[in-house]
Amino acid sequence: MNHSEVSGMFKCRVVDNQVVGPAAYYLSFERPFEFEAGQVISLTLDEQIPPRLYSIASGVDDPALSILFDVKPDGLLTPQLAKLQKGDWLFVSPPYGSFIGSSEPAVWVATGTGVAPFISMARSGLGIGKLLVQGARAMDGFYFSDYFFDYEGLEYVRCLSSGAAAGIYEGRLTSYLSGSTSIPLNEKYYLCGNPLMVNEVRDLLISKGVPFENILSEIFF
Amino acid sequence: MTTPSIKPWLYGKTLGELKEVAASLALPSFAAKQMADWLYKKHATDIDQFTNLSVKAREALKEHYQVGFISSSNVQTSVDGTKKYLFPTVGGKFIESAYIPDKDRATLCVSSQSGCKMGCLFCMTAKQGFQSQLSAGEILNQVRAIPEFDKLTNLVYMGMGEPLDNLANVLASLDILTSDYGYGWSPSRITVSTIGVIPAMKEFLTKSKCHLAVSLHTPFDEERRKLMPIQNVYKIKDVVEELKRWDFTKQRRVSFEYIMFKELNDTAVHVKELVKLLNGLKCRINLIRFHPIPGTPLLGSDENAVQSFKQALNDKGIVTTVRASRGQDIYAACGLLSTKGLNKPEEQDF
Repeated sequence: MNHSEVSGMFKCRVVDNQVVGPAAYYLSFERPFEFEAGQVISLTLDEQIPPRLYSIASGVDDPALSILFDVKPDGLLTPQLAKLQKGDWLFVSPPYGSFIGSSEPAVWVATGTGVAPFISMARSGLGIGKLLVQGARAMDGFYFSDYFFDYEGLEYVRCLSSGAAAGIYEGRLTSYLSGSTSIPLNEKYYLCGNPLMVNEVRDLLISKGVPFENILSEIFF
Repeated sequence: MTTPSIKPWLYGKTLGELKEVAASLALPSFAAKQMADWLYKKHATDIDQFTNLSVKAREALKEHYQVGFISSSNVQTSVDGTKKYLFPTVGGKFIESAYIPDKDRATLCVSSQSGCKMGCLFCMTAKQGFQSQLSAGEILNQVRAIPEFDKLTNLVYMGMGEPLDNLANVLASLDILTSDYGYGWSPSRITVSTIGVIPAMKEFLTKSKCHLAVSLHTPFDEERRKLMPIQNVYKIKDVVEELKRWDFTKQRRVSFEYIMFKELNDTAVHVKELVKLLNGLKCRINLIRFHPIPGTPLLGSDENAVQSFKQALNDKGIVTTVRASRGQDIYAACGLLSTKGLNKPEEQDF
């Protein structure tokens, strides 16, 4: 592992690339640095492709660094990331960002690959005392649900916006939060997912009396 | 008049891209310059108007392309003369642009995206999420399709969307606006706004000579994180540190936008920290009165606080002005643009 040909980035070897959902992948590669759970990295395959930001989706003590991504068919990068195999190379920036987890009780709200920073936080031992509300359109969109389901000390709620299944809230994540009578007002809320969800949940929480200072949002772009 | 064909637009292509079009259709290389003349100087709306190209060349172009044009579908006029134009996009979404006449100036505020991903707490556009990137043609269409086109003196990329999240198309539109083959505007008439996407900002500063405006809104990290999620990724201190590496002492200017929120970012402590943050950078600050949006927990600073803040910054040597609120009655003012109600509901993953 060396500093790479792409300026300011580490060259890392892929160690695994798992399919975790329809067009969603959990890509793991050599880990060249320490980081804090919740941080992001820029990643690319060569100088011709502009680096894209990804939340780290592995724990601070995991041997490899991982990201969770879904393939954008028209994208420059993700269709190629999906083809990576063990032994291939990619380029990774140092970690940055301040969407950082803590050990205090908090509510995590995620859709799609927005669950990535919460995987990192949970794998880093920060899942105890947390409520994770995860939204998906279909059952196969609850990435890492088995992991969260078995996590001791973490309350896990899944909201299925289209369809129904036992043990899962039937409806949108915003409907679940809107109907909930036990929204904690003094805990931190961490929101990560598509921009409309982040905005609608933030507005909803504020309307329920959660101070906006307690709401942290991570955006995808 | 709106062109209905789904063929790609020629309008919005840079000269380089027009050369590629010419080459791909085996047209002579000078055809690219001829096309640029028709598109950007003679305001042609149909390939048949390209009369100095051969009939055969025009037929070849028409087989693959259209000029492209979208009329505004609505216009609202404020009591202060500001006009808000509504445009459909090629993909069936909607965007807004604001025309702001002011004495000897006439400014158009254009959108660069339908919706926005950035999620700023105080912005109406954020509430509709993100719908689509605008092509360079769709960005420029907002300029040429309004009846006030010939009166425009300034252009600001401060409408819907984060321009530097659509950098390639924004740069292409700026190239067309400022090049001799295009509209030939001086870059000093154009300002591009950003919330501080550092890598894209560096590329913008490298490739464009237009002015830059950065949405600052508070110098404190923790406060800015609550107002602007981008702070979790790119801290304003790092944005400013990067800007200090560039030369703003000549024609290109950098300014900072600062919306005034009551008892949140309008104190003497904020003045002190702003002075510290911007130390050594030639810049100016535009204070903006907050235009409340539905459900917001934020309040605008009162007029005394705005004026005191302005005076305090000026006293510390930072040129500071208060931006006039324009078009507030038609929701055309800063932070109020939204087409949420017009977009068809899409299947969401939540």
